[in-house]
Amino acid sequence: MRRIIIFFGLLLGCLPAFAAPDGAKLYSRNCAGCHGEKGDGGIGIPLSLPSFHAQVDDDYLKQTLLRGRPGRVMPSFSYLSDAEVDAIVRHMRTWYKGKVPVFPFTPIKGNAKRGEQLFEKHCAGCHGPTGQGGHGTGVTFSRPRDFPIMAPALHNPGYLSSAKDAMIKATLVKGREGTPMVAASKRGLKDKDINDIVAHLRSFEKKPLPSSAKLIETSEAVIAIESPYDLKTTIENVKKAVSSNNFVFIREQPLNAGLVAEGSEDPKQHIVYFCNFSLLNQALATDPRVGLFLPCRITVVEQGGKVTMMAANPKRLSRIFNNSELNEMCDQVTKMYIAVMEEAAL
Amino acid sequence: MKLVHGFALALALWFNSASADELLMIRSSQNFEDAMTTLQATIAEHGYKVTRVQRVDVGLEAKGYKTDRYRIVFYGKPGEIEALAAKYPKLIPYLPLSVAIFAEEGNTLLTTARPALLKQFYPEPELKPIFDRWEKDLVEIMDGVREAK
Repeated sequence: MRRIIIFFGLLLGCLPAFAAPDGAKLYSRNCAGCHGEKGDGGIGIPLSLPSFHAQVDDDYLKQTLLRGRPGRVMPSFSYLSDAEVDAIVRHMRTWYKGKVPVFPFTPIKGNAKRGEQLFEKHCAGCHGPTGQGGHGTGVTFSRPRDFPIMAPALHNPGYLSSAKDAMIKATLVKGREGTPMVAASKRGLKDKDINDIVAHLRSFEKKPLPSSAKLIETSEAVIAIESPYDLKTTIENVKKAVSSNNFVFIREQPLNAGLVAEGSEDPKQHIVYFCNFSLLNQALATDPRVGLFLPCRITVVEQGGKVTMMAANPKRLSRIFNNSELNEMCDQVTKMYIAVMEEAAL
Repeated sequence: MKLVHGFALALALWFNSASADELLMIRSSQNFEDAMTTLQATIAEHGYKVTRVQRVDVGLEAKGYKTDRYRIVFYGKPGEIEALAAKYPKLIPYLPLSVAIFAEEGNTLLTTARPALLKQFYPEPELKPIFDRWEKDLVEIMDGVREAK
């Protein structure tokens, strides 16, 4: 009897491991940062909007979670299990009491050429002439937002592989109440026109990706340049070089400052912090998450008689934000870092 | 033909999509001051020391730019940072660890690079357990801030 009790006790202890994933917790941990705890904000359509739920099927939500939107902030959550993705979708559906649609995979036939003309006239104003989408991250950084939502990128492999033709058509037919997307009938569009627009959107799959769906290809995680000077001279050279490269010197500190008692820091590892405030302001307005790698810094290290200047490579880091609008800026900052280091090593 | 096209698209996606396991971003329902206090306390509870708080907003405002509160919290474990920096100098640009914390209306957003990113950069097997521990601690720290009311 005692053995049976112990067995069932152990079994009960194991139950959480087999329990269904907690969708609310997973949503809060993975999605609420951008989309809001109740799905009321963020990039693209607010997730709690009834008109959104009425026009997307579960498969679209799952595929969007798994594939993300390359270059458009929304990352791929492919590391989540199927059960976890399902749990997030179920949680999102708790915000909607209506009937969830199911769309067939059947392609819609239309005249893509004619659809292109209609798209330019009726859709490009918000979604961009090439379907590249609107600007921004959805995270406002408490700055004025001149558009209630960021128009989704339609020419994006994440969207095109998640949305079925029938879903796209339903969105065009009904519009999205609560967003600037109006029903096609209000624009005087007929069924044939809508089919042609869907055919045009589908034709994006055969066209080169727009810049909004591209990220900088992976490059080295660290920029490192050896200095011909001693540690002290190199630090002074870096400070001078930051000023001549449009940065403001902020401060210099040992790497382990704050971790050990003052006066006992490692004198051979120094960080030089600097900033270009105009560029910083521009970067934070584009994507406030980039602050993670602020302020700009070059670390000067002496090891084994060699002095090296090192910095995290912004070009490599830009990838983690999945925001193509950062590509150019990160490329520029990488070039500026190299220019500072090269000047300091002259 | 459609299958080939679908496969090509899947490949393109595979290579272009940034994975969410490189960046962690959470929303705290606490206001900025409370979330900042919770963050620093939670970091300390996990055995780390806050080395500095960079006041990005103060710097921006001093230069005439309008901004809400925006800070970077640097933290690390005494002894560990120095030991790693000595043995793996290429890790130095990513040390100490940091969390960006900024206000968005009544909420506070926190964002940080996940140590999974460092695993990609530094594949040395002896670093893996350290990055795994950081990952576990970081998720707990961020959960602590997210769940605080």
